[in-house]
Amino acid sequence: MAKKIDQAQVKKVAKLSRLQLTEAEVDEFTHQLSAILDYMEKLNELDTSNVESLAHCLPITNIFREDCVKESLGTEKTLANAPQRDGDFFKVPKILDDSSGA
Amino acid sequence: MQNKLLDMDCKELRDQIAAGQVKSTEAVESVFKAIEKYDPVLGAYISIFKEQALSKARQIDNKIAAGEPVGQLAGVPVAIKDNMCTTFGSTTCASKILENFHAPYNATVVEKLLAADAVIIGKTNLDEFAMGSSTENSGLKKTVNPWDTSRVPGGSSGGSAAAVAGRLCFAALGSDTGGSIRQPAGLCGVVGLKPTYGRVSRFGLVAFGSSLDQIGPVTQTVADSALMMNVIAGHDPADSTSVDEAIAPVCDYLEKLDEPLDKLKIAIVPQFNAGADEQVQKSIADAIKVYKKLGAEIIEINMPHLDYAIAAYYIIATAEASSNLARYDGVHYGHRTENPQDYIEVYSKSRAEAFGKEVKRRIMLGTYALSSGYYDAYYLKALKVRNLIRGDFTNAFEKCDCIIMPVSPTTAFKIGEKIDDPLTMYLSDIYTIAANLAGIPAISIPCGFDDNNLPIGLQILAPAFAEEKLLRIAVMFEKETDWHKRKPTIIN
Repeated sequence: MAKKIDQAQVKKVAKLSRLQLTEAEVDEFTHQLSAILDYMEKLNELDTSNVESLAHCLPITNIFREDCVKESLGTEKTLANAPQRDGDFFKVPKILDDSSGA
Repeated sequence: MQNKLLDMDCKELRDQIAAGQVKSTEAVESVFKAIEKYDPVLGAYISIFKEQALSKARQIDNKIAAGEPVGQLAGVPVAIKDNMCTTFGSTTCASKILENFHAPYNATVVEKLLAADAVIIGKTNLDEFAMGSSTENSGLKKTVNPWDTSRVPGGSSGGSAAAVAGRLCFAALGSDTGGSIRQPAGLCGVVGLKPTYGRVSRFGLVAFGSSLDQIGPVTQTVADSALMMNVIAGHDPADSTSVDEAIAPVCDYLEKLDEPLDKLKIAIVPQFNAGADEQVQKSIADAIKVYKKLGAEIIEINMPHLDYAIAAYYIIATAEASSNLARYDGVHYGHRTENPQDYIEVYSKSRAEAFGKEVKRRIMLGTYALSSGYYDAYYLKALKVRNLIRGDFTNAFEKCDCIIMPVSPTTAFKIGEKIDDPLTMYLSDIYTIAANLAGIPAISIPCGFDDNNLPIGLQILAPAFAEEKLLRIAVMFEKETDWHKRKPTIIN
């Protein structure tokens, strides 16, 4: 039987997941995810054409509250766990490519 | 005196402290002595707060001595799973990505424990981000089963279950997404309750599967779980999925606990139960005899969709996880890779370096199930099957008060036995998962031991918001048996 998921798909999913995988991990996950997805095939034994999907089981729909000003966490607490900060900002590498020299 | 103190259950200790017969400081000191002695072997705790706990205990003792009013858990040493936020210590989720994370606020359950004057003594180990059934996926340390240290404590709340079974606290909190309270409780011979989805606030519980996660107690006795529920249950405006008490009122779960249920009707699902090991099946059959003797009527029912629970669950839970764990981006908090080449590497290398294998596997599986071209075939299909599974329960509860089944198909397995075979590990969740998909409460209570002296758990499932009834049904069995009184030899 053909594998449910091949190495190229695993690499694509890893990219979507923002996970840099080693070749060994790609190999391992291809094998394991295929086995798991084979098992998931079981669901196709059931005819669900007339069944509604169920995202959660709560007897509630929308939750509203008054739109009023409340105290928030504050800058120091918000930044306290930042891996890198610059003053009152989270610090990250450059997002825009400036190699054009512009 | 030392041992006698640690032999008490949570409620007994609570009563004795309130009556001034035992000091909270004595209880806290005894627990820390036990932790120093046994936790190097058991590995239940990720962090402990000795100074803070003793200082809180002294405050409680002074209050009681002065005759001031105190909370429902005054002076009682309790532990919490390390996926609940605390402003003290760290909140790691047993993950390297959060190893040095200090939460800026307390989870609502933590606030509630503190308001009830409980003494929080430490935070317990878990499978990384609560993903696993053995606590072997912890990125920080190993926890073993107090009944046999070569075996797993179950998971993901394995630290909480091992701590309660090893008498390293008087009660603990766990979280249950697919059995993570009930299964470790079952494998460690203690009581574990997963409340109805929405009964206990999830605010400050680090999210895994948001439509499935629920916090609940791990305790020595059913009464202790009722006591813990009195403290933690109820609506929380900070959690929009916590249910309004006008829709489903909370009650004093201890008040009527000892009133047996009249005309109790229990359902069993014979075909489904046949998948468990012989000794597990025998213990469940014996438990049913106990209920029969107490006057319960036993009916056999068919729940045709239960067999599909694992497949549906591992799509839904991983889809939700892949979305929830997107927040670990190496920017706002948590581990960041050194010298990233570009901003994409901040995400992809930070995550690759600090997430463990099972977490990566689940993020991958969930992302795949949600990705373009596969969404309908996997995620949507799973949500529909979820509805069918809930329908099975709705139909069943028209005919009975509760359903009885095993907690786990086997007793505690060997460390390393299933770790390289994720599907086999997933299949061990067969009996616990359906309650999460249906959002209903379920409890695991001790009901026997196998030939290796390993505990066996009995699971009782009840309709949504029927915790009071569920606890009363559970205590009927507990009163007739003494399985819950046995102690692992390691601490004897």
